[in-house]
Amino acid sequence: MVTALVVLAADLLALRDLELRFRLSIGALISIAGCLVSAGWMLALPQHADFFQGTLVADSLRELVKIALLVLTIFTLLLSIETNFTSHVGEYFALILLAASGMMFLVSSEDILMIFLSLELTSLSLYILTAFNKRSVQSAEAALKYFLFGGVSAAFTLFGLSLLYGLSGSTNLAQIAAAIRGPGLDPLLAAAIVMTVIGFGFKVAAAPFHLWAPDVYQGAPIPSAAFIASGSKVASFFVFARVMMLGFKGAEGGGGWHAYRPGWIPVLAIVSLASMVLGNVAALAQSSVRRLLAYSAIAHGGYMLLGVMTQAPQSLAALMYYAVTYGLTALGAFGVVSVVQEMSGGDRLVDFAGLSRRAPAVSLCMLVFMLSLAGIPPLAGFFGKFYIFAQALSGPADGMGMLWLVILAIAMSAVSLYYYLQVLKQIYIVEAPAPIRSLPAPVLSQVPLVLLALAVVALGCAPEWLVGKFTAAVKLAGL
Amino acid sequence: MLAWTIYSSFLGVAVLMLLPRTNARLARTVALLTALLGLGFALGGMLDAKIGEVHTITRVPWIPSLGLEYHLAADGISLTLVLLTGLAAVAGILFSWNIEHRAKEFFAFYLALIGGVYGVFLSFDLFLLFVFYEIAIIPKYFIIAIWGSTRREYGAMKLALYSFVGSAMVLIGLVAAYVVSGGHTMSIFELAKFPFPHGFQMWAFPLVFVGFAILAGLWPFHTWAPTGHVAAPTAASMLLAGVVMKLGAYGCLRVAMTLFPEGMAPWGTHILGFGSWRDVFSLLAVIGILYGALVALVQKDFKFIIGYSSVSHMGFVLLGLMTLSQVGMSGAVLQMFSHGLLAGLLFAVVGRMVYDRTHTRDLADLQQMDLGTLFPFTAVIFTIASVASMGLPGFSGFVAELQVLLGAWQAFPTLTVVSGLGLLVGVAYMLRALQRVFFADREPAPVAARSSGNGHLSLEPISIPERLGAVLLVGVSLAIGLYPRLLLDWIIPSFNSGLFGGLPKGPP
Repeated sequence: MVTALVVLAADLLALRDLELRFRLSIGALISIAGCLVSAGWMLALPQHADFFQGTLVADSLRELVKIALLVLTIFTLLLSIETNFTSHVGEYFALILLAASGMMFLVSSEDILMIFLSLELTSLSLYILTAFNKRSVQSAEAALKYFLFGGVSAAFTLFGLSLLYGLSGSTNLAQIAAAIRGPGLDPLLAAAIVMTVIGFGFKVAAAPFHLWAPDVYQGAPIPSAAFIASGSKVASFFVFARVMMLGFKGAEGGGGWHAYRPGWIPVLAIVSLASMVLGNVAALAQSSVRRLLAYSAIAHGGYMLLGVMTQAPQSLAALMYYAVTYGLTALGAFGVVSVVQEMSGGDRLVDFAGLSRRAPAVSLCMLVFMLSLAGIPPLAGFFGKFYIFAQALSGPADGMGMLWLVILAIAMSAVSLYYYLQVLKQIYIVEAPAPIRSLPAPVLSQVPLVLLALAVVALGCAPEWLVGKFTAAVKLAGL
Repeated sequence: MLAWTIYSSFLGVAVLMLLPRTNARLARTVALLTALLGLGFALGGMLDAKIGEVHTITRVPWIPSLGLEYHLAADGISLTLVLLTGLAAVAGILFSWNIEHRAKEFFAFYLALIGGVYGVFLSFDLFLLFVFYEIAIIPKYFIIAIWGSTRREYGAMKLALYSFVGSAMVLIGLVAAYVVSGGHTMSIFELAKFPFPHGFQMWAFPLVFVGFAILAGLWPFHTWAPTGHVAAPTAASMLLAGVVMKLGAYGCLRVAMTLFPEGMAPWGTHILGFGSWRDVFSLLAVIGILYGALVALVQKDFKFIIGYSSVSHMGFVLLGLMTLSQVGMSGAVLQMFSHGLLAGLLFAVVGRMVYDRTHTRDLADLQQMDLGTLFPFTAVIFTIASVASMGLPGFSGFVAELQVLLGAWQAFPTLTVVSGLGLLVGVAYMLRALQRVFFADREPAPVAARSSGNGHLSLEPISIPERLGAVLLVGVSLAIGLYPRLLLDWIIPSFNSGLFGGLPKGPP
């Protein structure tokens, strides 16, 4: 199901000498067709298989996540059509598709070796995508930063995983869990936990491993940044949750206020707390919308970690609902930034001034995205938060033990409203600078934005559709 | 039928968004029609409903996997407030007839706010209630920040953040209640019956109560109210004071007090002289009454006077709720209704009739203008509104405050005396404003003043929509004042329904 994408990517190289715009459209169309085919394939022929003892697993939950990833990829491709930063169209789309297939392998795997390999496939493609704007110094700088941090964190991950292998003698998550289960916490296991958390913490841009995120979000070409913020996040959170919940089962520990026990939950609690506080507070001071989105992504990473930590029956469903809706919202927000950048040449807050009078449809979309990120009902972001918080409190072990973290998270989301409103204030309230360069927003780029905004509204008003699918799939997978 | 109050408002928003951008008159008409339709549905719903029982309108599963329902229902309290919302919405649109700048967007935000408010009053599923509660926050921000006056961006942001912090506190309490009760339902009926542990109620009650009370202007969390009211355009001040502050008080009653009645039980020990959360909040309410009145007494800005008077009057609502006696609580609900009308009227006079014409709200400047002779109609209306808000018998405010004080007398005699003092100060600040703005003794040079300041004569006369709106509000207030049973017959039986069964009864 994945190979279709890779083969297709090669085809694109044939279209060398056509006009740039035309090639962009053709390339995107072919890639989208590929994504649709593979999504349709998964829908039509649901498989339940287990290749090579868990090296690759296919079940309904994973298929659902993969379809979600494909949808995000399709929107990323749509966003790419209107860009003009590169003439290497074929390579560009091929890389996006490669990254997408890496993510899908990542989601499918239950074997730490395979997880590491697909993690690297995804990351390497994303490094190159970040650097793809060869005319921009920022893009190169961001990519270098991303690459260096990524390399170090990959080393950490590998170290953690090899410690695990040493402890358990197996690369399969379930067998690892069986081997490490014991009354106490082995110091080696503690080291493995910390190393793994660092590695994945980097992938999901959780503080204090977030330093690459603002630069990459700002410097990378917009579709790449959007893809890093959406698809990569969904896949990494899924596998993060799997490794923690399955692989370290039995070493949870307790993060309750009065019920501290060593294990991986306290570690994650600290990372989550740091992400929420740092992300939200640092976002207050940003003047560039892209950097603002980066810090908000860090903060959202903190909320999502809350979903990783809880072990209620539906917490994985809550986490995936949150991650997917967040991905859609972030994609949309980046799409708006891209339109604005074309219209007024920058992504600073002041470049958004008076947008509502120049491009009402785009502004309305941005209103939806920002309010959803802030967690205002009836948009998807609010329901996601509610769901995650409710699950966090209903964990079996210490019941209300996570209450302190939930309170902090809700308080922090009140802080976040301020900076989201700052963006909307520029759009709706501030008057546009005197000579209004009334560049009409390109129609083609508005279509995906409107679709995304509609999706965010629809998923918020009728969350049952997606939630029901995820809960059913989680139940079926026997988690 | 009542449910259509919500749907018609949001439909109105959708229609407005499709209208051409330049035609302000069309936007106004559509908005007015929508508001009238909402009021009509509210009245129709009242006729439909039976007195004394909770009347379920719609109840369908919304998110079955979490047990959340789309559950609209109404009892006498909701009906009273829905009616108030309808009246305030119509009056607000009549008083914003002169909006020309981005009129379409203004009315779209306005109707979205109204729709959210209707939704809160009619939701009997807490999740749904919270959704509508938050829907009401965002339009306020935009209305104030785009169409407001003095320090509008500051006032708007302050208002939005206060509301959001309050709703964050409410959200914590609601999520916790949902989880503690087993995570099956958010229905108010079910949760009101659920025996929450005593310790849990002891922290959840103050959390949720304060969360809602922030929006009701509880001292010391009231500071958003004066700045927000002053910054807001006329219609928004009318709605803020008239309806939005009621959202907070309604939430206190409907959510905090219904779900966690044991939170008001005595602690068993005394800390700084307080024996329970009830003592704490009633003291804060009385401080609000007195503080609001005293601060209003020394304001120089006409609109700030009304803004602080709102804080003072809302203190009566919260005090009435804390009495826990039937007379006090029904007085509180009646006070919500009455203050909604009167504060709306006062803000309309200040914002639309005076400020939009004179472009100043400074008492010293207004004193020079001889508004009493220029606008006799305004002077009459303001006189009526201010004596009504002082609590003159015959108007709704009198009945309501009397009931609150009666209830409070049984519960907290000392505090009642103090709040009576607040009433006295209330008379003083209203008379001061009335005298200085409309009936000032000026230096005997009226002819010279007029010839030099030609602007005075060219002031636009009071328009028909304004007269209609003012007459509407005064008429309803008078009707309720003369025959309060019109509403009390709805309100009082509601307190006997099973929902309030858990409240500690009577005077302690």
